[in-house]
Amino acid sequence: MAMDTLVWLLPLPPLLAFFLIILFTYPKKGLSHSISIGAALLSWLGSMVVFFNAVRKGAEGLGEHPFGSAVNWLPVGKGWFQIGVTVDPLTAVVLFFVSITILMITLYSVGYHNFGQPAGDHDRPGLPPEGATQDGHRVPSIEPLYSRFFGFISLFAFGMYTLVVSDNLLTLFVGWEIMGLCSYLLIGFWYGKLSARAAMIKAFLVTRIGDVFMLLGIAFLYSATGTLNFREIFFNEEVLHQLTTTPAGFLGLSSAGLIGILLFIGTVGKSAQFPLHVWLPDAMEGPTPVSAMIHAATMVSAGVYMAIRIFPLLSAGAEHGALTSPMVVIAIIGSFTALFAATISVAQRDIKRVLAYSTISQLGYMVAAVGIGAYVAAAFHLITHAFFKALLFLGSGSVIHGMEHGVYHTGDHLDAQDMFNMGGLRSKMPVTFWTFLIGGLALSGFPIVTAGFWSKDEIFADAFAHGHLAVFITLALAALLTAFYTMRQISLTFLGGSRTKAADHAHETPWTMTLPLVVLSVFAISFGWLGIPEHFPLLGGIIPNWLGDFIAGSLPHSLVEIEFNWIPLATSLTVALGGLTLGWLIYRDLPQGAEDPIKKWLGPVYTLLENKYYFDEFYDRVFVKPATWLAETFTYKWLDRTVIDGFLHSVARAAQAIGSFLRNKIDLPIINGFGDAVGELTAKAGERLRFIQTGKVQQYMLIALVVAFGTLFYFLTQ
Amino acid sequence: MIPLSWYLIFAAALFSIGLYGVLARKNIIAILMSIELMLTAININFIAFWRYSLPGQMAGQVFAVIVFAVSASEVAVGLALVISLFRRVKLIAADEINLLKW
Repeated sequence: MAMDTLVWLLPLPPLLAFFLIILFTYPKKGLSHSISIGAALLSWLGSMVVFFNAVRKGAEGLGEHPFGSAVNWLPVGKGWFQIGVTVDPLTAVVLFFVSITILMITLYSVGYHNFGQPAGDHDRPGLPPEGATQDGHRVPSIEPLYSRFFGFISLFAFGMYTLVVSDNLLTLFVGWEIMGLCSYLLIGFWYGKLSARAAMIKAFLVTRIGDVFMLLGIAFLYSATGTLNFREIFFNEEVLHQLTTTPAGFLGLSSAGLIGILLFIGTVGKSAQFPLHVWLPDAMEGPTPVSAMIHAATMVSAGVYMAIRIFPLLSAGAEHGALTSPMVVIAIIGSFTALFAATISVAQRDIKRVLAYSTISQLGYMVAAVGIGAYVAAAFHLITHAFFKALLFLGSGSVIHGMEHGVYHTGDHLDAQDMFNMGGLRSKMPVTFWTFLIGGLALSGFPIVTAGFWSKDEIFADAFAHGHLAVFITLALAALLTAFYTMRQISLTFLGGSRTKAADHAHETPWTMTLPLVVLSVFAISFGWLGIPEHFPLLGGIIPNWLGDFIAGSLPHSLVEIEFNWIPLATSLTVALGGLTLGWLIYRDLPQGAEDPIKKWLGPVYTLLENKYYFDEFYDRVFVKPATWLAETFTYKWLDRTVIDGFLHSVARAAQAIGSFLRNKIDLPIINGFGDAVGELTAKAGERLRFIQTGKVQQYMLIALVVAFGTLFYFLTQ
Repeated sequence: MIPLSWYLIFAAALFSIGLYGVLARKNIIAILMSIELMLTAININFIAFWRYSLPGQMAGQVFAVIVFAVSASEVAVGLALVISLFRRVKLIAADEINLLKW
């Protein structure tokens, strides 16, 4: 099949799966998950075919002539607005990781939602399953809304594929919004819980804020250039030049600058950068596969993917090495977020919250990389992060499941997600332990053998080489904290002795959950070796920097290779190894019931970190309460009920008064009265006159005679 | 010849007596008889006018005969009504029969 056609077909299997599951196979759990996995598998196979063909065509060829085609869609003026698909090198590598992570996570969900287990004793749809009794033991029960989950995951996959393969900002935005919807639906998958309901709304509204600005940016771009097609804008010198030279009329920015910033605000929302980061930790209310897929590997990556896509627009107008205004904004927000989120992560107790803030922090890395112009490094880190973060989240889900086994066994009521209730799970859940360790080391940037090292190192090298020292130091500090909290997490969860009886009785999860962990850990180790820089000491040059060359083909101009420098490498090694060691030393043997040691050292700072710098409370007071006031009091009570309803009620009362006046003063007395009077007068007259009718014939005749004579005389005397 | 006016006066007198009888007698049969008197007076009028203006024509005589016929049939019907009424109310005094009173 021609690549051009195959690319169009990639998003379709998940969409079909969604409709089939929701409309037809809802009651059949096994069939639903098979359809979903089958669809993910089909799309994965298609993506692999596209990927290999893309690699075979090579960076140059694919950059010049990407796969894909466009169709006329909307008639505008004399011509047509076209939409289509395109696969250039960046799309090809993104398809690679998106397809495999979606497939792995869909497979993982089968085990996570306890397929094959009995239905729960008191399970209700909309609440997490709480266990069934089997042979007197309490065992995990199957999720009541099993098929719904797979339907939504498939819809989400459709959204992501659409976003990745689209060749214009409009269909990208469509995919963006579909994923936003699925994120909303899946965060609130257990809608019976109030916290989940609140979280789903928060996620949707906060990302909406970003989306509004992004839509403004798209509209501005369309009105300035008349098109939204990537190739027509980003590969077209004249268009870019025209955009950079026309002023936008706002803060002295050029059109390109303002558009770049507006579009970037979409990324700030979607990829949970400061200040729109507040939704992502709450999104951990959703089931863990959701956290892995949407909030680690794919949806939040979409924001960064878009930022990378529009890179030519962002960097237009600057000489080599200098940064344009949008890039400065992006770099500042990215590096600040990276450090900010890493500090919060250090003080969290919930295993998923640590990873959530870690995601925010790593996205900050990628965003900062885009901001400083490190195009390849940003894309590289995007891909490796997707692998190891999905791995870490799936691993945490496996840990939580294992802990829940223990909780069911012992009957304790404790939070299965609190790391301070865990410990010693290394021996109970070995596969989970080793894969989680690999993921954690990749996240920390453990040298050579993990992919995270190579991608992070490239960001550091780029920052240092171009002299952006503020960014470099911030990211280095964040890396130190990253390694620290990662090792904190691993030590608390897996090392030492178990701190609760529940942890004692944990056991490994089924193959549907551990197989994806193993597959993803393979990538988390090996993917980095595709991007070893040329001039790296010892190892550089053995394997060519295939990834760097390939991704660079997506840009119209070739990128300059960075010279190797020892300082960034030394820094990254120091912070990674130092952080890991520090975390291990402090947390490796924390006894039962012990407080967090850094609580003593940090004192009030710890409370600040634990409460996320009170940002939620701040937003609540500054935005949410006024908005609620505006809605409930001002608009509803005052305007709606008092003014508008009051006006309507008074109109009604006036109408009623007029009506009753007409009725009581005119209708009843005059008109009815007249009618009644006629009748009554007639009756009264009859009553008065009836004496004439005596029934005596002679009287009648007398009267007749008198009248007759009278008339006769009258006429005779005329 | 006797002047016409004598006949007319006579007829008028008879008519008035009859009229008085109709209006003032109590017995219903007497009222009927008074009605007959009135009709007779009318007949006299007819004949008188016939004899004194157009004796050659038959019209006056014919009219008188018609009046006889009418009065006879009318009396028959009236008596039938009286008998029927008597059977109902057992009264023959006209001023006591007031069934048609309001």
